[in-house]
Amino acid sequence: MATPLSLLLIVAVTIRAALFRSTLAHLIAERVEVTSPLTAWKRVVEGLALLDLGVSPYAGDVFHETPLIIYIFHFLVDYAEVTFMLADVMVAVALYYAVRDYNKQVFRKQKFALEADRYPADCHELVRSPAEMHYVPLKVAMFYLLNPFTVLSCVAKSTCGLNNAVVSLFILSTVKGNVLLSAIFLALATYQSIYPLTLCAAALLYLMQRQFIPINACRLSFWWFVAQYAFMYLGSLFVMVGLSFFLLGSWDFLPAVYGFILSVPDLTPNIGLFWYFFAEMFEHFRLFFLCVFQINVFIYTVPLSIKLKEHPVFLIFMQLAIMAIFKSYPTVGDVSLYMAFLPVWSHLSRFLRNVSLVSFVLLTCSALFPVLWHLWIYAGSANANFYYATTLIFNLAQILLMCDYFYAFLRREHHLVHGLYPKRKDGSEATLVLK
Amino acid sequence: MGLLSDPNRRKALINLLTRLNAPICGMCYIAGIVWFMGLAFEPFILRTYMSESAMGSTMVEERFSGGERALLTAKEFGVQKNKAGGMPVDWLVETMKARGLEVYTQTFSRKLPFPDENKERFMVKGTNVYGIFRAPRTPRTESLVLSAQCSEENDNNQAVGLLLVMAQYLRNQVYWAKDIIFLVNEHDQIGMHAWLEGYHNTNTTGMDYSPLQGRAGAIQAALSLELSSDVVTSLDIVFEGLNGQLPNLDFVNLFNAFCQKIGVLCTIQGKLQRNDWDSTSGYSHAVQTMMLMMLKQASGSSWGDHGLFLRYHVEAITIKGINSHRQYKTDATTVGRLLEGMFRKLNNLLERLHQSYFFYLLPSLSHMAPISYFMPAFGLIAVILLLRALDLWAQITAPPATQDGVADVEQSSTSVLSVLTPVVISHLTGVALYTLPVRFQEIAVEHFPVSETEAVVLTAIAVYTAGLALPHNTHRFVSGEGTEQGWKVLKLVAVLHLSVLLGCTALLNFSLGFILALTLVPVAAGVTPHAPKLPTAVILVVLSPACILLFSVFVFHELQETPLSFQDGWLLFLSVISQGILDHTLYGSLVFPLVALLVYPCWLLFWNILFWK
Repeated sequence: MATPLSLLLIVAVTIRAALFRSTLAHLIAERVEVTSPLTAWKRVVEGLALLDLGVSPYAGDVFHETPLIIYIFHFLVDYAEVTFMLADVMVAVALYYAVRDYNKQVFRKQKFALEADRYPADCHELVRSPAEMHYVPLKVAMFYLLNPFTVLSCVAKSTCGLNNAVVSLFILSTVKGNVLLSAIFLALATYQSIYPLTLCAAALLYLMQRQFIPINACRLSFWWFVAQYAFMYLGSLFVMVGLSFFLLGSWDFLPAVYGFILSVPDLTPNIGLFWYFFAEMFEHFRLFFLCVFQINVFIYTVPLSIKLKEHPVFLIFMQLAIMAIFKSYPTVGDVSLYMAFLPVWSHLSRFLRNVSLVSFVLLTCSALFPVLWHLWIYAGSANANFYYATTLIFNLAQILLMCDYFYAFLRREHHLVHGLYPKRKDGSEATLVLK
Repeated sequence: MGLLSDPNRRKALINLLTRLNAPICGMCYIAGIVWFMGLAFEPFILRTYMSESAMGSTMVEERFSGGERALLTAKEFGVQKNKAGGMPVDWLVETMKARGLEVYTQTFSRKLPFPDENKERFMVKGTNVYGIFRAPRTPRTESLVLSAQCSEENDNNQAVGLLLVMAQYLRNQVYWAKDIIFLVNEHDQIGMHAWLEGYHNTNTTGMDYSPLQGRAGAIQAALSLELSSDVVTSLDIVFEGLNGQLPNLDFVNLFNAFCQKIGVLCTIQGKLQRNDWDSTSGYSHAVQTMMLMMLKQASGSSWGDHGLFLRYHVEAITIKGINSHRQYKTDATTVGRLLEGMFRKLNNLLERLHQSYFFYLLPSLSHMAPISYFMPAFGLIAVILLLRALDLWAQITAPPATQDGVADVEQSSTSVLSVLTPVVISHLTGVALYTLPVRFQEIAVEHFPVSETEAVVLTAIAVYTAGLALPHNTHRFVSGEGTEQGWKVLKLVAVLHLSVLLGCTALLNFSLGFILALTLVPVAAGVTPHAPKLPTAVILVVLSPACILLFSVFVFHELQETPLSFQDGWLLFLSVISQGILDHTLYGSLVFPLVALLVYPCWLLFWNILFWK
């Protein structure tokens, strides 16, 4: 199994190295879909220059990455290309092992259920075979590494690749059941971009399941574990923030990074939903809608955690998708991370309804982004509405994709309990309709 | 959401669309054409009107009276030009200085990838001369450009003469709030390109030019002048720019408004305005004008010096003097007044022209069809591709979905990979078509008795034709060869590819997108391996991108009322190809790469489907 993975890594690195050498790299780095004000490499370079001059890198409102990133690149700036390629490779390898482990568990659970004869008789079509699960981890790595979005993001040296690496390490350590590392990587991901905070619930659910702690608010063991995890998480977050303070010698980074993420002052167009809305809004509504939009990212955690408490890995996937869609400065790098998980749910394909439509819409939008950008910015003949319309459709398609997977997942679970061909009361075949 | 989630309703809709697919497609195509023809019918479309309030009326008192002097200056310029054997740089600098302008020159040189046989040039070296008149009233952050080219023959002397006299005249007025740049460029568009690149300090096409020594403010609008006779009967407006970009419609309206005011005959596409829209001949006149505009726009090349300004977000038009056999003549003084009036209005602008439309079709100067009127025509034709895709998808996912909408995807997953081979090979052919002609010209010239230009064009045609031989070869590599499923998946991919491609093209350059849609969609929708091979192959070839270009050449000349013999048409076709490649390398026109890298490979996919075994 290691040979195809290493072959894949070689291919992926070759593509990236070739693109880094080509004239396209510069063009790609300028695309607003690929780099956001948070993740643009140009801004990191600016921050480094300021740091070298002895000025706070956050002076001048250009640089918005965390102090950690700037200190990493303080040493690695000459090897930036290698670093970004390594980050991508790291994501792929981490996801590969995480998914392999996860699949093993799924299979084991299924075996127990089969032995206990828990599935209805007509559900044997739904049972997953080891043969079809064998290549899933490799497909996940492939979906991440060969996804054009990831390639673009890496070639643009968007720091989104590093954030993805941290998140994927968090997923790996969670799936492996390492509580401490999980908390540390989650803290690191939160420190990098706040939003991964929502993955906390999924991690807790998964780890508790693994340690056979009942998920029940009346039990002491439940709260004890939550407290433990929260302590580790907050502790490491505190250490990171403290370390940043000691490195920089000032609290400048708090408003410049987290204030910037939460209050969305930069309305440069991107593939997200914030910029147009806040550019059009009257100033006195701004705070209210800012709260609405930001709460929107976090609020889904509660219902999803309740509904999916048995399936924390699917919950992680859903949360990643929600973040990629609703966060304040999304880039295609974020999209590629949750898309890497799609092969994990390939067994849902028989219940998916709109994937062909959605993939066509996503492809069309990806083609339309540069065209409408050109018409708006260079030709001056179109305007912001054209570009925003594409953004809206792109996000609608993503939401539809997410809902489709959610529906398919729930439906499969339903069938696993109630049988694949439900009967109506009068004995005729029933159809399931979502209304 | 009901439609997307309720399997029963969804199935009913899909059933309806697959059962009635062919008639719906046919109706859409006809409806698209009818809609398009309706765009030239005046009662259906909008009257043009001035949106920019700063240019609202034509209340300007034009006092220019230097027509005679302009003609004298033109004669002197002609003499100096003959003496210098090219652009009389020193004389121009002196003359402009004497008229009180800040004068600068810019030299440029450019080696063409292969000799341009139409204009007989290969190594181009030249000088642009421009004088800046600084605005007396404001902080000089904005500017206007008046340009005239110094051509090889004596066919633009009057324009240069008028430009010089206008410079002197405008300088003596006190109204100016924007700098005015008077530019005389050599080697028509190459010189203009060099000057614009220098002005904006960019280099997109690898041109050698000396940096500009003096700049005015950001250019708001530009007007380029072409006059080749002392008196004109009418003025023609040219507005189609590089890559089919159009200037803001207000600029065109401004020209129209001043022509009406001063009483000069104005034409568009060389055609006079007619008022009898309700008669057949009046309507066909409007259709012809609109189709001429579309063909010009679709060509993607710049039809005058103005075309290159548009790329820098500067609104620009060319005004061309036409001297025909009409009785009524207009002298240079009147043309000067027209220019004065237009510049005075442009001077009033508070921001760039942006109020009016950028996407429009003009069947006449007084009527226009904006984007919301013409896009449905394209949409009706493009939706055929989506309907076909839906039909194919329904067929591929057969056996028909069980009643709860469960789809069977397993079969298609294998054939998707086998479809990749033709797609990749077709695109590689496209890359060959894009790169080989210019690369191989030297080898071709060595081995065959042809000139460089011919070598380039003939190589392009050879690669193009060689691409047609592909299906016999690719099939050996295709693993899932010969399955019904295989060609359907390939066709699905090809149809979706074409629809995205046409959609993007229509946004960038509506005319090109529409012409391609009109010709490619029927074959794309209809082609199957079961169709009779020979007639279908003939139809496919006839509706291939190269043949579309050939027909466009004939139609264009037919519409201009200068019909071509087949021989001439063929020669013109060859020169159009070389011109397209030159436009791409010289100015960055995108039509050649678009056709070579995307449209042609896409068409090859349909060719592949026809010969699927």
